Amino acid sequence: MKLMKFVVWSTALCLSITLLHAQEGSETEKFNKQLKQLQESFEKQQNEMKANFERLMREQQTQIEALRKQIEGKTNGPVLAASPPLDQSPQKPMVSAIAPIRTADLSSPWRPSDPIRVGNAQNFINLSFDALVAAGTSTARDIDSLTPGGSKLELGGHDPKQRGFTIQNLETVFDGKVDPYFRGQANIVLQIDPHGDTTVEAEEAYLETMSLPWNLQVKAGQFFTEFGRLNPTHPHTWDFVDQPLANGRFLGEDGLRSAGARVSWLMPTPFYSELYMTVANSQGGTAFSFRNEHAGTPFFGRPSLQGRVKSLGDLLFAPRYVASFNLSDSQTLVAGASGAFGPNGTGGDTQIYGLDLFWKWKSPEQHAGFPFVTWQTEGMARRFHAGAFPGDATVVPNLAALPAETVTDYGAYSQLAYGFKKGWVAALRGDYVFPEKRGLYESIVGPDLERASRWRISPNLTYYPSEFSKIRLQYNFDHRNGIGDDHSVWMQFEFLLGTHAAHKF
Amino acid sequence: MRPTNFKNTNTMNYLQTYLVLGATAMFALTGHAKLNVVATLPDFGAIAQEIGGDKIKVSTIARGTEDPHFVDARPSYIRVLNQADVLIEGGAELEIGWLPPLVNGARNSKILSDAPGHVILSHGIRLLEVPTGPVDRSMGDVHPLGNPHFSLDPGNGKIIAGILAETFTRLDSANASYYASNLKKFTERLDKKLAEWAKLMEPYHGTKVVTYHKSFTYFLERFGLELVGTIEPKPGVEPSPSYINALIPRVKGAGVTLVIIEPFRPHKTPGYVAQAIGAKLLLLPDAVRGNEKVKDYFGLFDYDVAEIVAALKNSK
Repeated sequence: MKLMKFVVWSTALCLSITLLHAQEGSETEKFNKQLKQLQESFEKQQNEMKANFERLMREQQTQIEALRKQIEGKTNGPVLAASPPLDQSPQKPMVSAIAPIRTADLSSPWRPSDPIRVGNAQNFINLSFDALVAAGTSTARDIDSLTPGGSKLELGGHDPKQRGFTIQNLETVFDGKVDPYFRGQANIVLQIDPHGDTTVEAEEAYLETMSLPWNLQVKAGQFFTEFGRLNPTHPHTWDFVDQPLANGRFLGEDGLRSAGARVSWLMPTPFYSELYMTVANSQGGTAFSFRNEHAGTPFFGRPSLQGRVKSLGDLLFAPRYVASFNLSDSQTLVAGASGAFGPNGTGGDTQIYGLDLFWKWKSPEQHAGFPFVTWQTEGMARRFHAGAFPGDATVVPNLAALPAETVTDYGAYSQLAYGFKKGWVAALRGDYVFPEKRGLYESIVGPDLERASRWRISPNLTYYPSEFSKIRLQYNFDHRNGIGDDHSVWMQFEFLLGTHAAHKF
Repeated sequence: MRPTNFKNTNTMNYLQTYLVLGATAMFALTGHAKLNVVATLPDFGAIAQEIGGDKIKVSTIARGTEDPHFVDARPSYIRVLNQADVLIEGGAELEIGWLPPLVNGARNSKILSDAPGHVILSHGIRLLEVPTGPVDRSMGDVHPLGNPHFSLDPGNGKIIAGILAETFTRLDSANASYYASNLKKFTERLDKKLAEWAKLMEPYHGTKVVTYHKSFTYFLERFGLELVGTIEPKPGVEPSPSYINALIPRVKGAGVTLVIIEPFRPHKTPGYVAQAIGAKLLLLPDAVRGNEKVKDYFGLFDYDVAEIVAALKNSK
């Protein structure tokens, strides 16, 4: 009985296991079958696609052949079949390589359904790198002056700063369309100072609107203030190795630039004219005549403090109006007036006024942009209302007590450039900066070198091997009241990589 | 999503609808005004004038007498572009050095790069000399997208006319039939002229020429002349004496009979090369109004073809 029971149970067990196996087997089989089906259909599809593709290729090939024959018939020459032997030197075959296919049928105009060529479709950012290097020497004893507040031969932050080589400006520019509403640009500048240390400067980073109504355009971020012609431009676009003295004395070594916003209005005049209004922070190292600490050294004999923006009155306001006229088919005139108003670090406020003029003649039969003549002049005036200072006996040397006073200075430069032959430009610049009169504080603390009269004459010659490189030789004759005469000779070279956006006129 | 969001979306939609309606109303009101068309190059302006007739006003930025790569971005063009309904650009980076700051300053949404009023002609044309390998600037000013001087093939003139007729029709549908009939007239006239020019040039097929820059490539292709060398060693690069000394025996050996340059190029070196190889130096305008005799698109080819034929007739 027990045995019987065992047999029955074991049979049942075996059966069930076999059944289970069978079931499992049938499922695996089913799965395998499905997989096979899938594989087959995939292969079938692939074969079909391959056949289709090959057919298409054959069709296109015959079409191309037919077209080629047709065109050869038309031009009656082997011009299209083989590229002409433009240059036998082997290093540039791609230039003479000619696309073998011509527009299908020249008797019918292009239609939207026809194939079109769209190039460069993935361009989300333009990137460029520009290096500006100077080398030379000077008779001046303060060419490499590193004492804050001491006299300086060159006033620009990117000017040559020592005998030998100066890495003036290593600039990386990113620019592009942000979205349908804005374009953006950032200029990150590296500099190597006379100690050999590399410094980074976020020179500009701003966005600009593209399609505001009423002919308005807004720019916001960190950017060069629209003041005069030279201030909003980068050193590599300048016609000279160094910055004009007026710009250095009034707008500072790095130019007037600050975090802010600018609205500009393209005015509905029959000629081009534009009105700009910039509102920016008035403090920091790039707001030179405003709330700048001047590295802790006295400015006009008194300490200058940076401060923060507490009210609207603490901001810098810079209006500018510019207009342009075509004097003839080949002559263009651009004239502008600018102002910059804001508080300064001595408790008073500063007003800077500027007038600028740019004239250009370009041959109506120019080849590569030559020949041309340009004449650019800027004049500036600064009224600095210095606050009263009670004196400070706790510092060494002691600071004398000074009354409130208004200090006025003037400056101008004028430069002429003649592009006489493709790639060659000869230029001459004159600089002059001078005070209206001696300040009250100067009779107390002594003459201020930052206000002393000074003039400079700078002839130079530039050779541009291409639009992306230049070599320049410049001579400066400097006359500084209280210091004397100096001679300097500078070489400058530049190279530019990448897609650098075109410059404004 | 919260209901407030829906409300905002609705408001936005209404706003959009009103804006569209307003724009349409404004367009309807100003619909009778002439289309204000700005062309970067004189050839495009000339063809636009043929198609648009008195329904459009055409302004051209570059002069026919100057190098089209180095046009000044005079601020007055900002004003002109600000008022434009249509901007016609060749593209392929020909105008890259001067057009972008003008368009940026013009703040006119009708001619922004993706607007229907901004026409980039090279997108509809099969460009020649498209580099097949990598390009870098050691090769000179190579146009990575291909040779942009395509309007010097009158066959491309027809394509340009077609693109422009379509653009004008899209922006000013009231005058659609006018543009269509002008396109037909222009195309028929150009076909007739093409046959005429081709016949005149036929005896001179295979003539070997040297040019300054590769400005005439499309013209040479059209009329079966063969470019054997250029005065510039590389695009945009001025020749050195050693390059010229190597060029002379090479092009002389190839049997070059014409040195063709645009009038604005320096004449001295091309003249020297022509003299050294016993070829003729021809100053051929590469654009409408390139000299005072070339007044329209037909005149450009009338003049250039006649000059070539006259030069070659005597030498045969």
